[in-house]
Amino acid sequence: MTVYTTRSSLHAAQAQQPAIVLDHVSKWFNKRSTRSFKDTLINWLKREPVRSQQFQALKDVSFSIAEGECVAVMGLNGSGKSTTLKVVSGVLRPDDGEVLTRGRVAGLIEVGAGFHPDLTGRENVFLNAAILGMSEKETKERFDEIVAFSEIGDFIDQEVKHYSSGMFMRLAFSVAIHVELDVLLVDEVLSVGDAPFRAKCNAKLKEMAGQGITMMIVSHSASQVKELCSRGIVIRKGEVVFDGPIDDALRVLEGN
Amino acid sequence: MTTTLDKSAFDTPGRGRGLLDVFKYRYLLRLLISKGSSLRYRNSVLGWLWSYVRPTVQFLIYFLVIGQILGLHSRIESYPIYMFSGLVVVNLFNESIGATTRSIVENKALVCKIYLPRELFPISAVIGSFIHFLPQLAVLLIVCVLFGWLPTFTSVGLMLGGLLLVLLFVLGVGLLFSAINVRFRDAQNFIEIIRTIATWSSPIMYTWVMVHDHLTHHLWIFNAFMSNPITVAVEMFHQGMWAPVVPASKRLGWPPDFGWIVLAAVVIIVLVTLIGQLVFRRFERTFAQDL
Repeated sequence: MTVYTTRSSLHAAQAQQPAIVLDHVSKWFNKRSTRSFKDTLINWLKREPVRSQQFQALKDVSFSIAEGECVAVMGLNGSGKSTTLKVVSGVLRPDDGEVLTRGRVAGLIEVGAGFHPDLTGRENVFLNAAILGMSEKETKERFDEIVAFSEIGDFIDQEVKHYSSGMFMRLAFSVAIHVELDVLLVDEVLSVGDAPFRAKCNAKLKEMAGQGITMMIVSHSASQVKELCSRGIVIRKGEVVFDGPIDDALRVLEGN
Repeated sequence: MTTTLDKSAFDTPGRGRGLLDVFKYRYLLRLLISKGSSLRYRNSVLGWLWSYVRPTVQFLIYFLVIGQILGLHSRIESYPIYMFSGLVVVNLFNESIGATTRSIVENKALVCKIYLPRELFPISAVIGSFIHFLPQLAVLLIVCVLFGWLPTFTSVGLMLGGLLLVLLFVLGVGLLFSAINVRFRDAQNFIEIIRTIATWSSPIMYTWVMVHDHLTHHLWIFNAFMSNPITVAVEMFHQGMWAPVVPASKRLGWPPDFGWIVLAAVVIIVLVTLIGQLVFRRFERTFAQDL
């Protein structure tokens, strides 16, 4: 599924090719009216809907992100931006249209999803690095770097359930950010930790953007988005309503 | 928009190659399995001892009730070994089918947030259950050795063959039910029924000869009964572990047409695995939104 091509060779061969393509993507969700036979019977007797109803979360969304570009996807809650991100990461499959990605994609989507409270920090780092697509060798090479970035120190051999919520998020974020990748998907994670750590994360993201990593960021923070992205896509009720320079995108968003 | 796009360089996110993907994700599979087994008895005082306690208690109850009170003890030579060698097979099936069916729902956090080939979860559940089953197998082997069992090429081969049949069968059934369980939690309850049926429909407490005697006029029912992959595995265990420790005159021998019965069991396993994989892929598309 993942193509293990090094970034440099990708650059040389297909510099003009996009890294992410969404081609007329639509996504529906079912809203179930009944949860069991009993509910079905009662609703049927009451003449209320029995079959599940459909709700369209994405309507014919098309855009492409060039390699090395850093794009913000913005919108109000429930507008479909997280769904867009999940479609790109492969967690959700589009019902209509096509999604294509190139290179190794990893997401900072809900960091710490793979963390288990009863495992130690060290065990969790290895497990999560593997979940995000790193090999044993890569993880070992970067292990010290990951721990140093997270500022966890000696707690690395403690069970994660004894961590403070800040420590937990810092370690999870640190693992995710040290994954070797070509495309990074970021979802609202930068509310992580205290102000100094947040600044460090932003700096790291900026550094990665500078290295030519393609980024797709979902965020509410105008200042962060402005700092990282040059282009903004605004989604409203599942439709792309604006796609262009970041400053204009923010203006469109505020006009909502 | 993208008329000139060369799609060969691109991947479609979220589309795997089913069971075949597992070979590519060996390292992750290993970590998932070791996570499962190291978490199994976390925060429990007896820990791995539970793996010995449960089958022992189960064995004692069956031995007392079925062997002594219902009197099978006098009808089957070395009844404890006969029963225990069949019981471990069914225990392996029951334990792993439960774990496999729950595997996707239990890994909800991962399934909903990060794309991984989802087949990894049922497979790691099957392998995890197998590791958990090894203490039972060790107890069986020790008891058999005390009764004079010696490992031969045939007996070990039969044992491994039986285990392989059960594990492959569980994988097929487990793929099917773990996928269905995401949308319909009824699967979990249904599996309970299957476990009861599995326990009583294989000749563990009784022998295949007793069944055969009842069905001499309806041999096709007997053949259907025997073609159950678990029953085949149980018989392989009986032949490998129990038969060598009892005198030749007391042995049951192979059921008639056993070669065809094994073939039928293998065909069943292949079919179930294919159906399981197809249903799994069908349901997989909506895992993240149904959980």
